Amino acid sequence: MTKVKSLADLKKMKDQFQSKIELREKGEDPDSRVQIKVAMATCGIASGAKTVMEFLIEELDKRSIDAVVTQTGCMGYCYAEPTIEVKLPNQDPVVFGYVDNKKADEIIEKYIKNGELVDGIIPMNYNTIDNQ
Amino acid sequence: MKELALHILDIAQNSIVAGATLIRIGITEDMQGDLLHMTVEDNGKGMPSEMVERVMNPYTTSRTTRRVGMGLPLLHDACRAANGMLTIESAVNEGTRVLATMQLSHIDRQPLGDITGVIVLLFSANPSIDFVYSHIRNGNSYIFDTREVKELLEGIPLNTPEVIKSIREMIASNLDEL
Repeated sequence: MTKVKSLADLKKMKDQFQSKIELREKGEDPDSRVQIKVAMATCGIASGAKTVMEFLIEELDKRSIDAVVTQTGCMGYCYAEPTIEVKLPNQDPVVFGYVDNKKADEIIEKYIKNGELVDGIIPMNYNTIDNQ
Repeated sequence: MKELALHILDIAQNSIVAGATLIRIGITEDMQGDLLHMTVEDNGKGMPSEMVERVMNPYTTSRTTRRVGMGLPLLHDACRAANGMLTIESAVNEGTRVLATMQLSHIDRQPLGDITGVIVLLFSANPSIDFVYSHIRNGNSYIFDTREVKELLEGIPLNTPEVIKSIREMIASNLDEL
């Protein structure tokens, strides 16, 4: 595959993008996606939230897991940054603290794939960060 | 915070919280004038002038989860350490502009870092916000505008993994050529 260097190159790949999207959406409704929010305030960024977020986006794609990774502000757990919130379909969101790439890998393999809880959960009761 | 790119990611976060729909990020590297300047400009809700005077104080923050805000003070410090300064202009309901200047060759100037990664992360994590990124190096410039890309891709979301990868490649190769 040639390198994408300009908007024209990007345009040429449009059909390729489109077919990938259709392949992914086949038989799946958007609510069945895994939703991940990475806390990205000063505290998170300084502790490496960017690296973790890039790792998540890349690895979830590689492991063919349909997920949306977005960012959010400070959740108030600055001592435990980087923190991420993972919401599996039809389940309450769970917040994990001290997430580096190794932890993120464990979360993908155990929690996202099998629903198995892993260490590092920050206990709390709320619906989602945005409602706080 | 050890890279300027991470400061940009952090300052842009303020623009996102301010409800901006368009965020302009600009970096100019001028070797002749020995100057580096970075701007983050948004069309968010802005701040009244008394707030602008207080934002450099780490005990000023708009967040509700705790009482300190270190983003701008940290960048202010990074600027001063490299013989530069930080200026903030803001108008209520119009937006805010943060301008950081540094001496390009100063030994304490932080490295630029992974600016491509930061831009990619910003637009992929905030699909409803448009970003314009312009980078000028010694008179040569590159401009990346998510509005242009969105129009070109006709409805394909920019945060599709394949699209993210291609755009990252495009920005990186253009920056290399500057």
